[in-house]
Amino acid sequence: MSPAGERMVLPSAKEIDLRAAEWLERRHREDWNEADQTALDAWCAEASAHRIAYIRVEAAWTRAHRLGALRRPQNRGGVLGAASRLPLLAKIAAAVAVLSAAGAGSAIYFKAPPQKVYATAIGERKTLALSDGSKVEMNTDTVLRVVADGSGRTVWLEKGEAYFQVRHDSAHPFTVMAGGHRVTDLGTKFLVRTDAQKLQVSLVEGSIRFDAPDGRMREPLLLSPGDSVTAKENTIVVTRNSERELAKDLGWRRGVLVFDNTTLADAAAEFNRYNREKIVIADPAVAQLRIDGTFPNENLAVFARAAQQLFELHIVERNGKTVISK
Amino acid sequence: MTEAPDKGREDAEPPGPAVAMTAPQVDAWFVREILPLEAALMHFLLRSRRSSSEADDLRQEVYVRVYEAARQKIPHPAKPFLFAVARNLLVDRVRHEQVVAIETVADVDTLAVAIDEPGPDRSVIARQELRRLEAAIARLPRRCRQVVVLSRIEGLSRREIAARLGIGEATVSTHLTEGMYQLAKLLYGEPHTQGGKP
Repeated sequence: MSPAGERMVLPSAKEIDLRAAEWLERRHREDWNEADQTALDAWCAEASAHRIAYIRVEAAWTRAHRLGALRRPQNRGGVLGAASRLPLLAKIAAAVAVLSAAGAGSAIYFKAPPQKVYATAIGERKTLALSDGSKVEMNTDTVLRVVADGSGRTVWLEKGEAYFQVRHDSAHPFTVMAGGHRVTDLGTKFLVRTDAQKLQVSLVEGSIRFDAPDGRMREPLLLSPGDSVTAKENTIVVTRNSERELAKDLGWRRGVLVFDNTTLADAAAEFNRYNREKIVIADPAVAQLRIDGTFPNENLAVFARAAQQLFELHIVERNGKTVISK
Repeated sequence: MTEAPDKGREDAEPPGPAVAMTAPQVDAWFVREILPLEAALMHFLLRSRRSSSEADDLRQEVYVRVYEAARQKIPHPAKPFLFAVARNLLVDRVRHEQVVAIETVADVDTLAVAIDEPGPDRSVIARQELRRLEAAIARLPRRCRQVVVLSRIEGLSRREIAARLGIGEATVSTHLTEGMYQLAKLLYGEPHTQGGKP
């Protein structure tokens, strides 16, 4: 029943887990500094068990933070009990009142900070090296506005998709605005894609904060790597992605589209983002066929041929369109 | 019209598993792929060992082995690998502890069947996650829960919490530490009581 002596090399799991929680608690205090960070890094480097215990308790704590972020004001109460805090709407109203009062007076004097607009054509891909060392890879048919002033760095993703590798600088936060949502980098690699129906943000590495434009979220959402937020008109959903799914979403960086049990309809829509020449699927039954594989995103012919051989379909070129039918 | 003669790109490779992983990548993989399996792993370990602190220690050792293997190469898929490691560890233990009843040995073999119960759903809809988090927080001891809620949900600092509850800052820290420790156990180690099955 009692463990043999040889097995007592490691302190108990509970001790290590508690120690990791102590580190995390200290990490969240205001006076956390470089020296503390060095000490924590050293503790984590001491044994894999330490590092694992730390990332585990940190991941749980990050999840707990989502509770605050996802919880709508009217759902409060319950296990959390009453809380004394201004209703959110009242707060927003107050903030808006202050802003508009200031805005009315200062609008005339307001000078727009310098900004640059970058765009890619359909099928084009471009990498921007920003002066601060950050890198932005723009996918097909994308428009970006970059504003850099003294207080921070802001990129507006007007349309399309971009992959950000941000040089973190806490004095000058890097912010991406898209569809009224705000993504703030906390040291990071992430992907943002926007179209008429939805905005999707996927975090590859590091950490980001996601804010919705209205009072939908009481607190910003903190994402950890692998998290993906999809914001539509009325919903915000957080999902976890596997390594494979992320690699799939980032395929365009190598010029490929990766399909995994993807319907021909969805595959065609993807190709159409990259090519002026469009694929049209003429038959609803054909549209529901599913396909796997990796294809160069600018080469419709390869894809059309694969679909043709796989499902014995007919391919016709007509007025700059590739029509696929039975 | 943009159709360029694109030689040699037809055989573009599918994205295989990455080879060299950085520590943050391994960490991220571990959080994403392994931690969600903790409840199933604990179930597996508890069935053969009975004492919960012993199961915690075994869990830790399984994690270390899995993590260190992943530093070399990320195992795909994660779940069978995790349970293979757990099973090997149990077999090793049984060999070392001759006193262990034969029953345990038998368990180790039969347990293989239990592994393939439906895994946790990877895509967590916000509402489900919300329910799970609320349930976990509701199970914390009262004082600890208050401190966790004020810190994590209300976003108050240590000093503000101390003032609000009329306790010392050191006490706030103690409750927070306990809360962090318990939440990790509750969120990962406990079976998902509701809505787990698809």
